[in-house]
Amino acid sequence: MIEISNLTKTFSDSVVLNNLSLVVEKGEVLGFLGPNGAGKSTTMRILTGFLSANKGTIKVNGQDLDSNAVDVKKMIGYLPEGAPSYGDMTVISFMKFIGEIRGYKGDELLERINYVLGLVDLQGVSLQAIETLSKGYKRRVGLAQAIIHDPQILLLDEPTDGLDPNQKQQVRALIKSLSKDKIVVISTHILEEVTSVCTRAVIISQGRIVADGTPAELESKSRYHNAVTIKLLRPYDISEDLLELKEEFSIETIGNSSGYCVVSEKGESLFTSISAIAYRKNWPIKEVFATRGQLEDVFSKLTQGAQ
Amino acid sequence: MNMISIIFRREFANYFATPLAYIFVVIFLITNGIFTFELGGFYARGQADLLPFFSFHPWLYLFMVPALAMALWADERKSGTIELLLTLPINLHHAVLGKFAAAWALMGVALVLTFPIWVTVNYLGEPDNGVIAGAYIGSWLMSGGFLAIGSCMSATTKNSVIAFVLTVSLCFVFIVIGSPILLDSFPQWIPQFFVDSFAALGFLTHYDSVSKGVLDIRDILFFGVFIFAWLFASGVVIEIKKAN
Repeated sequence: MIEISNLTKTFSDSVVLNNLSLVVEKGEVLGFLGPNGAGKSTTMRILTGFLSANKGTIKVNGQDLDSNAVDVKKMIGYLPEGAPSYGDMTVISFMKFIGEIRGYKGDELLERINYVLGLVDLQGVSLQAIETLSKGYKRRVGLAQAIIHDPQILLLDEPTDGLDPNQKQQVRALIKSLSKDKIVVISTHILEEVTSVCTRAVIISQGRIVADGTPAELESKSRYHNAVTIKLLRPYDISEDLLELKEEFSIETIGNSSGYCVVSEKGESLFTSISAIAYRKNWPIKEVFATRGQLEDVFSKLTQGAQ
Repeated sequence: MNMISIIFRREFANYFATPLAYIFVVIFLITNGIFTFELGGFYARGQADLLPFFSFHPWLYLFMVPALAMALWADERKSGTIELLLTLPINLHHAVLGKFAAAWALMGVALVLTFPIWVTVNYLGEPDNGVIAGAYIGSWLMSGGFLAIGSCMSATTKNSVIAFVLTVSLCFVFIVIGSPILLDSFPQWIPQFFVDSFAALGFLTHYDSVSKGVLDIRDILFFGVFIFAWLFASGVVIEIKKAN
């Protein structure tokens, strides 16, 4: 369990983290969201002991980070932003170095390295210098070093940044497979990542938490959650027919006058009643569907308000 | 200790994984040869000792050691690996000492590889090998002093060229502090006590006797404390600068 309480961090005169408190339980995959400069990386860096906070405490599995930094670091696997690694080294010698620091020796060390390189699919390039590898491979080297000691806590700062769509899929699948019985914290600004891998999403803006919930809960805060999108074969004015609806709603046109989005003001589901009207009034329907809330929408609503 | 040795091994092996170590050692040996034989008049002196060899070391180190030290921390910060290194379960002093020791060991290797000159002088005459051994140790200690300055300067910047220039400048200051030219230029009214303590900070003051084979405990202590102080300063600077 990670317990962050009242964390405050200032750089020269700007406040990066403002009294941030957060508890993450075992088994959670936490998506840490926020615009650039919101304090995501700073939080990660404080959690890993790289930076120290001006105020506040961090406890990891009951151990205080300030007084037991090395013990806490042992429990954590960390992929820093940009996945830095020693470019001159070969993949295998880099992994040996990390493995030794993590306390492995001899056969056990080689076993761990083999296992982890297999997990991230790096065996083919294990004898190459890291600087000669492509971005996707480098990122996987970063992941491999973070998981070599099977850490209870995995902190990944933008793990899929700069990867191609296939590589993103692979990395996400890997994160999912690793996340059993662990705490995984992923900082990202790619929102689809949160819906696909995270069990919980926290949005921070200007060093404060502005939203905290499951991805589905956050999505339901979107204005477009449960909105009904209607596409027609030819222009037809539906607004008069919709006056029959008991719920409060507003209509937005999409493109030309043959597409509409009907948004419930209270977020209720309008799909059943609208499709009934459409059937009765014989609308020239091409497609009708209920929209799920978009995380993008919630994200910009919550983070732009603060700026 | 274990962590220091792991970091030491990585750093030391890395010197040899790139051409750096080879180029460094070869250039060191060549310049050493030029200094000793051309400028030092090794043969012309007609004496079986290595004084011309050792007396040029401070000037040789002035450029060679900063070149070795400049990347110690500047590169870590530039590439972001400092974040990786310092979030591993180690303490900062493990990293500072491990890196320093690796660079110092490479200096040691370079010095050991000058052995042909020792063989030569033994072939030509009967030098006092105790003096030579003492001078080797003293020279290595002095290179450690230069390196420790370099470690600290390297931590102040992400740019290794800046680190190089800063280190050369500081090392130069510590060489000339003890030189007679500077000491003689002090006005008469300054008490001798001040002049002496000022001179005691200079490398030459301590290296001169060492290079003649006089291994005084005070000189060894000077270099030891000097190295410790600059490495401590490195740690402080890294702590302040690492996030920038």
